[in-house]
Amino acid sequence: MIEIRWHGRGGQGAKTASLLLADAAFNTGRYIQGFPEYGPERMGAPITAYNRISTEPITIHSNIYEPDYVVVVDDTLLDSVDVTAGLKKEGAIVINTTKGADEIRPKLKNYEGEVYTIDARKISLETLGKYFPNTPMLAAIVKVSKVMTDEELLNDMEGSFKHKFAKKPEVIEGNMNALKMALNEVKKI
Amino acid sequence: MEITPNTPAEEMTIGGNIYEAGNSKKFKTGDWRSQKPIYLSEKCKQCGLCFPVCPDDAIPVNKEQKREDFNYDYCKGCGVCAKVCPFGAIEMK
Amino acid sequence: MSIRERLSGNEAAAIAMKQINPDVVAAFPITPSTEIPQYFSTFVSNGAVDTEFVAVESEHSAMSACIGAEAAGSRAMTATSANGLSLMWEMIYIASSLRLPIVMSLVNRAVSGPLNIHNDHSDAMGVRDAGWIMLFSENNQEAYDNLLMAHRIAEHKDVLLPLMVCQDGFITSHSIENIELVEDEKVKEFVGKYKPEHYLLNRNEPMAIGPLDVQPYLFEHKYQQANAMRNAKKVIEEVSKEFEKMTGRKYSFFEEYKLDDAEIAIVCMNSTAGTTKYVVDALRAKGVKAGLLKLRMFRPFPAEEIAKALSHLKAVAVLDKSDSLNGAGGALFEDVASSMYVNNEHVPIVNYVYGIGGRDTTSYDIEGVYKDLEEIAKTGKIDNPYRYFGVRREK
Repeated sequence: MIEIRWHGRGGQGAKTASLLLADAAFNTGRYIQGFPEYGPERMGAPITAYNRISTEPITIHSNIYEPDYVVVVDDTLLDSVDVTAGLKKEGAIVINTTKGADEIRPKLKNYEGEVYTIDARKISLETLGKYFPNTPMLAAIVKVSKVMTDEELLNDMEGSFKHKFAKKPEVIEGNMNALKMALNEVKKI
Repeated sequence: MEITPNTPAEEMTIGGNIYEAGNSKKFKTGDWRSQKPIYLSEKCKQCGLCFPVCPDDAIPVNKEQKREDFNYDYCKGCGVCAKVCPFGAIEMK
Repeated sequence: MSIRERLSGNEAAAIAMKQINPDVVAAFPITPSTEIPQYFSTFVSNGAVDTEFVAVESEHSAMSACIGAEAAGSRAMTATSANGLSLMWEMIYIASSLRLPIVMSLVNRAVSGPLNIHNDHSDAMGVRDAGWIMLFSENNQEAYDNLLMAHRIAEHKDVLLPLMVCQDGFITSHSIENIELVEDEKVKEFVGKYKPEHYLLNRNEPMAIGPLDVQPYLFEHKYQQANAMRNAKKVIEEVSKEFEKMTGRKYSFFEEYKLDDAEIAIVCMNSTAGTTKYVVDALRAKGVKAGLLKLRMFRPFPAEEIAKALSHLKAVAVLDKSDSLNGAGGALFEDVASSMYVNNEHVPIVNYVYGIGGRDTTSYDIEGVYKDLEEIAKTGKIDNPYRYFGVRREK
């Protein structure tokens, strides 16, 4: 079983991204859980969402305290939220940022595992013309965690974009390009 | 089916349901009466004021639209009829 | 073939209602059950169901409308949570005493205050003596399955009682998980048509319901309700067996998870049972003989069966996600403990109140309970049978 924790801000789509990941994993035959931690959050407030992905049925129904992977959708959270709390050192953290290792590492409280970064803002603006970080972040975590292959992700997402954007087919290509760019650009620092 | 205070639980309808209409006729309220209205037919002009005000429908009206003597099975003796009668044709005793 | 899907618990409940296609749904939105009538109302708007959707102005009216609809001779459903159920309270008793088989989704949440919209079982425990059949669900699948079985149980001529299907607010209601759905046609056939024997809109039999019930009668009517609740056990067993034939999914009064050869066990309901299974597996791998009794049918309470199922254990912990605030123990604990005593099964038994107001229940918490049970099993001693886990206290 792979456990993933998402950190984002209300309105950035971290919850949606966790549900999209659950969907994609479901479509590749896995057992999945996707759920946000509900608090009194509002637009901009820090939020947490979770995924469990397994080849066996999942029975545990608690939040995730020792995740295999952490996704940070907004690097300003690194100053206020303990994003690596409980994160397994065999796992990894994926951060949406333009900053390099010298700036990011010191904010991660001696986390010993792998750190990946991606500039989801740039990718989103180039492919979609707007800032929706969740699509690039979805691709980034798939690439890093290998919960499915790149092809499985792309095939599945194309299908779901076609369904979701049936009335706005013009945005399908942009979203697919965002996924492809993110798969290429996520990098270990 | 008649349900009385002696009917066992197993034979009672569920939820107190009553499966027939007009069953309030079975509940005779005449013994609630402390005063009794007496109909003085010789004074009655058949003006029709008394029977619409009776809360218990205890003043029968015949096909000729004329009132008859009281139905004491249901009359509770409230005296409203005596109060509205302009001719003193109803006396409370 | 069943349909493989991924749905939240609320979506699962709404889909079950769509497949049941009731005559009337009357509901008022309240977190975390809001999505159920919300999704259902889109089914109504899209013509996917024939239901008359009554958008009422309060939960009191929601239950009143269900009572009216059910008495008239139609199938009525609703959904609510916590304070919504509190506002229904008066009508909850009317529904059961008039013997109207209304079906409700109760998405469990703390009854405020101070204001809290998160999960515990205080709403359900507040109506445990109201004469409703109460089924609890570990996950979205069970919430769905219990709803598909609900009308068959509630409407059975030997039962005729309203029924609520409980699931944990947010934890399962808002979590997307895998689920196996039954095909629409099969559900339709399984649930069947509602043919009440007596109903208000039957012009061939004018009837009165809910008349004045004075001293010589009310006691007998309550006795009838109690009998109907006893009868429900057999009906729940029969319907569950038939459901198993259709889906392969087995349901009973409770699920015994690795309980046969267990020495210590937890009794609990809803999503915590899933987390407990996870812990039982981990402990078994270490050689600890841990087990679980997950209660599905809380009302009627399977007293004799529970006492028997727990009789071989060395120590039992009953988890209550609601504090009875009586200074003695939670509701489930008291029911289990008295069942044991009355059936002459004397196993050391301890109560934990936990998870109040959405406090997360972790695998570490559950491990802690089993650790305590190992100690109790060793010594046979219980210093304090009324305990808590997860609450902050001075050391």
